[in-house]
Amino acid sequence: MFYREAGDFKTSYVDDNQTFPIKFDRYRYYVVLFIAFAIIPFLLNDYWVNAVFMPFLIYAIAAIGLNILVGYCGQVSLGTGGFMAVGAYSCYKFMTGVDIWWGGELLFRLPEFNIFFSVLMGGVMTALVGLLFGLPSLRIKGFYLAVATLAAQFFLVWLFNRVSWFYNYSASGQISAPERTLLGVAISGPSAPAWAMYLFCLVFLAVSAIIARNLTRGSFGRKWMAIRDMDIAAEIIGVDPLRAKLSAFGVSSFFVGISGALFFAVYLGAVEVGEVFGIQKSFLVLFMVIIGGLGSIFGSFAGAAFLVLLPVFLKNFLVGGLGWPTDLAAHLEFMIVGALIIIFLIAEPHGLAQLWRVTKEKLRLWPFPH
Amino acid sequence: MPEQLFFAAEVIMNGLMAGVLYALVALGFVLIYKASGIFNYSQGVMALFAAATLVGIMDGQVPFSHLINAILGTNVHHFGWHVPAVLAILMTMAVMVLLAWAVNRFVFKYLVNQEAIILFMATIGLAYFLEGTSDLMWGGQLKTLDVGLPQGMNATLDEVTFGMFGYGFFIDNLDIVASIVALILVVTLTVYSQYSKQGRALRAVADDHQAALSVGISLNFIWILVWSIAGFVALVAGIMWGAKSGVQFSLSLMALKALPVLMLGGFTSIPGAIVGGLIIGVGEKLFEFTLGGMMGGATENWFAYVLALIFLVFRPQGLFGEKIIERV
Repeated sequence: MFYREAGDFKTSYVDDNQTFPIKFDRYRYYVVLFIAFAIIPFLLNDYWVNAVFMPFLIYAIAAIGLNILVGYCGQVSLGTGGFMAVGAYSCYKFMTGVDIWWGGELLFRLPEFNIFFSVLMGGVMTALVGLLFGLPSLRIKGFYLAVATLAAQFFLVWLFNRVSWFYNYSASGQISAPERTLLGVAISGPSAPAWAMYLFCLVFLAVSAIIARNLTRGSFGRKWMAIRDMDIAAEIIGVDPLRAKLSAFGVSSFFVGISGALFFAVYLGAVEVGEVFGIQKSFLVLFMVIIGGLGSIFGSFAGAAFLVLLPVFLKNFLVGGLGWPTDLAAHLEFMIVGALIIIFLIAEPHGLAQLWRVTKEKLRLWPFPH
Repeated sequence: MPEQLFFAAEVIMNGLMAGVLYALVALGFVLIYKASGIFNYSQGVMALFAAATLVGIMDGQVPFSHLINAILGTNVHHFGWHVPAVLAILMTMAVMVLLAWAVNRFVFKYLVNQEAIILFMATIGLAYFLEGTSDLMWGGQLKTLDVGLPQGMNATLDEVTFGMFGYGFFIDNLDIVASIVALILVVTLTVYSQYSKQGRALRAVADDHQAALSVGISLNFIWILVWSIAGFVALVAGIMWGAKSGVQFSLSLMALKALPVLMLGGFTSIPGAIVGGLIIGVGEKLFEFTLGGMMGGATENWFAYVLALIFLVFRPQGLFGEKIIERV
């Protein structure tokens, strides 16, 4: 009944090529956008924004980025935390004005960027760093590459810890986001209203998702998938592995950088790099991608939602409902997440996205399956 | 000889000792990888789990006491006895064998014939699960592990070298013990895999799964065996690391260091793991000693990974690894 192509006649190439070719799917998409942009902002309070919506929106961007690299291009990366840190620190530098020193003297200082452009620059800088660390992927494959990306993770975190230029020589070694406004409304800083932070992140997420979806449908996505499925065969049929792999690293790092910038500037406000962007973050985002579904944009959303909601739910249920101590709940969370990863890999290697696909197939025939 | 040179020599010695500990963890990786093609990320957490279990058994802790107390409202924490170290080690080994069986029965049985990268991610999940289990069973606090290994500076070596060169070398007793244990472990494992019946079967499986099956070797048994051996290696590594810096979460992070060791040495070579460990151990200590101060210190955090990364670009299969041949 739902998700039927029947009766939906395409009369132009534009219609035929649209992102959601099925009418029901398209309307559902518009409804989701409408609810997210026009209804939720009025219903928000601080708790929901801080505990659920902001982490979800930001992790979803990171998961989309990592999914492009791991799910579409098949290059496993454990350096996501490090790349998020690059986004955060670039955003901080551009927010506060980049100062260039030469021989102990201040050469010049860029003007302070608007927060919107700071976040974008965070993405751009991360893309450049991602390209650099993507270079070895031309020689190294599989989990050799996964381990090689650990170099990025540990080196970048160390760099931001040690080089005081990155945190503007502050005594604590932390970076903290000053108050910045967009169109007269505070986005970062302690007095930013919840709805503004929510909408700001939502805009980035929506645009990222649209870009990612269309990139993966187009020639880029096909090249990435060819490389993923078998890189030598792809090379023989004319896919340039250099351009395909590096573009995947660049695009992926761009999104991851944006999420890192938002995570710092809008969500947390102050960041200590080793704590926030450590190796645990890399794994968390990788788990989102695996649970959500490798090679699916919807899966990135589902995985992010799942792993953001699971701890909140467990905490409310175990600590609030049963009165257990918090550390016990934290240990159990580790066990449950680990077990879920294994269960998903065994039962549904394509993740939540595959469950959704199966549901869609069922819905097409429902209520007359024969 | 000038003071600086002695100092550098001492740094190298200490690097070698640290490298032995890395190699110990790396050994566990190589064993499992050779026999089943699984790149076992959870090896480090297995070391943590083994060490925590050992401490828990020795102190007579009630496993899952925290959870039991929370559910039943009781207040149990200790049985009130102390188990001697040797017995506790044997009991921990039994737990590791049980774990090996459980891992194969409940996880990898269902993942036969999957791609290597899927198996790798499954072991990451396993690592998380084990980490949670370890904390839930024995509590997440820092535990001190004391099985009676000698600790502190080796006084004899200090005196002898002082008498010879006028400069006393500082070498930790524990490091010396660890090196000896690692040496014994490597020799035993090599002899075992060369001359025993199971060892031959193990090498046959590593060579060709199908052929091994067709001559009547039980893959299931071999996998449990190899995971048990890896569990044993993890236990040894856990004891060494735990005695050195306490049993805590960072133990499993130290084990991450074994990954660049493996990449240097090659995933399939036991001598490679040892040599790689030594190179990384010496390399990072020397780098910190010579350039680290200039770069702000704590370069040990990343040096191993960057070294492995640069090295791999030139030789993707590692020092002793088998040449990777790819076909369409």
